[in-house]
Amino acid sequence: MEYVALQLFNGLVNGAFYALLSLGLAVIFGVLRVVNFAHGALYMLGAFAAYLLLQDFGVGFWVALIVAPIGIGIAGMVLERLLIRRLYGLDPLYNFLLTFGLTLMIQDGVRLRYGLQGQPYPAPAELAGSVSAGLVAYPTYRLFVIAFSIVVCVAVWYVIERTRLGMIVRAATERPELTRALGINVDRWVTPVFGFGVALAALGGVLAAPMRNVSPLMGSELIIFAFAVVVIGGMGSIAGAVVAGFLVGVLASLAAIFNPALENVIAFALMAVVLLVRPAGLFGSLEARS
Amino acid sequence: MPRTSGKPTPSPALEVDGLSARYGEAQALREVTLHVAQGELVTLVGRNGAGKTTLLRCVMGLHRESSGSIRLNGREISGLAAHERARAGLGYVPDDRGIFATLAVEENLTLPPIVANTRWPLARIYETFPVLRERRAHAGTKLSGGEQQMLSIARALRTGAGVLLLDEPTEGLAPVLVQRVAAMLQEAKREGTTVLLVEQNLRFATTVADRHYLLAQGQIVEALANQEVIARESELLRHLGV
Repeated sequence: MEYVALQLFNGLVNGAFYALLSLGLAVIFGVLRVVNFAHGALYMLGAFAAYLLLQDFGVGFWVALIVAPIGIGIAGMVLERLLIRRLYGLDPLYNFLLTFGLTLMIQDGVRLRYGLQGQPYPAPAELAGSVSAGLVAYPTYRLFVIAFSIVVCVAVWYVIERTRLGMIVRAATERPELTRALGINVDRWVTPVFGFGVALAALGGVLAAPMRNVSPLMGSELIIFAFAVVVIGGMGSIAGAVVAGFLVGVLASLAAIFNPALENVIAFALMAVVLLVRPAGLFGSLEARS
Repeated sequence: MPRTSGKPTPSPALEVDGLSARYGEAQALREVTLHVAQGELVTLVGRNGAGKTTLLRCVMGLHRESSGSIRLNGREISGLAAHERARAGLGYVPDDRGIFATLAVEENLTLPPIVANTRWPLARIYETFPVLRERRAHAGTKLSGGEQQMLSIARALRTGAGVLLLDEPTEGLAPVLVQRVAAMLQEAKREGTTVLLVEQNLRFATTVADRHYLLAQGQIVEALANQEVIARESELLRHLGV
């Protein structure tokens, strides 16, 4: 029973990362129609930024949690201006080539300088230790990760669903051309939206740093699951990305109770089932994608 | 050459001059020239595939493979992006109504920015269409087809756009709703709004319009006064294949 509870929490923690990454992917795909394969590498850059801030400048976790996503987000905006921009209207194959190529360049660039081996990053002192709830004790930092990512997801949901900016993002996601014809300068929002999606990935990276060793390849494993989550939730769907993120995290961890090998399979099994039963994803609508 | 109707027209709100458009190899519009005077309601009639929708899309700036001049209140707009044309005073009601599923009814109404003094603030729209007020928090596509059409036209009116481009607003509507659309357009016209209307329904066209252009194979073949259309209805219906 304790094991089930522990796995449930582990699932929520994994789900938190899936949700943050998929959320960024969904927002970017929605507005730019670009599948950003470099998302995992940008997540890794977030973790590395936190690591470097601590190593070279003595800047701790809490500041890094704010500064790293903003910095990487701005870098993302530059990336959109210089490179991603050239993809619009081209065959999706170029999208794959460019963003996957960027992934390899970012990963190898970091590897060249810091090597493949993971670097440890300490959890903030305030969140050291563990919290015991009845039968089980669970690391405080991980509970913080769950709570913090839920707060971030709710905040993003609020902006998307309740503000004029979010309304424009939803309209542009659903029908970009019509949105333009109604007097909205969709292009003006493209760069900030990309930067925002990238900042979410970097935020995930900072959050991951104290739990996982900071290494050049840390994003490449996660990103595969994030893509499965985006498909399950429905391409471009904000709520879908968040719900599917936590769902996949929890189901995978619970499945691991029966057989550890299932943990990595469950996301793709779920994706296959969703594609068969609801091809547009749990929260997607085919109408909105056409 | 298109025949022109006899009546002298006030200064044109919309002038299209030598407009051609392609879809890859296919020529969709060939040197189309037309004008709509300030406060006038003009329809474009023609068979399916004659190029009516393409023409509206070109005017709106949604079709890239096009050339020619488009002037809005004397200002050349053919170099402007779609959103700039909307802000210059073009309102667009697309053929599929263009209601967003991910936006609530009220969001659908308030998405486009106000571009001029509007005679249709939200309060008047809600007064005229109480159902939109009742459903304002529902997803736009949860409305019936007719309600979506009212929403689409109301959305264009709310911006205060001086020239409306409407693509078959009566398509698929019950007769009572067709009358509703007619009343709405007549009211907008009384208030000085200029309308270019794509229409298959000739009866509807003659009840609301001042003049008509007959489009065939991407070209304007005739410019007709309303009385001419009424007089030649059966001939024109045969041409339209209705």
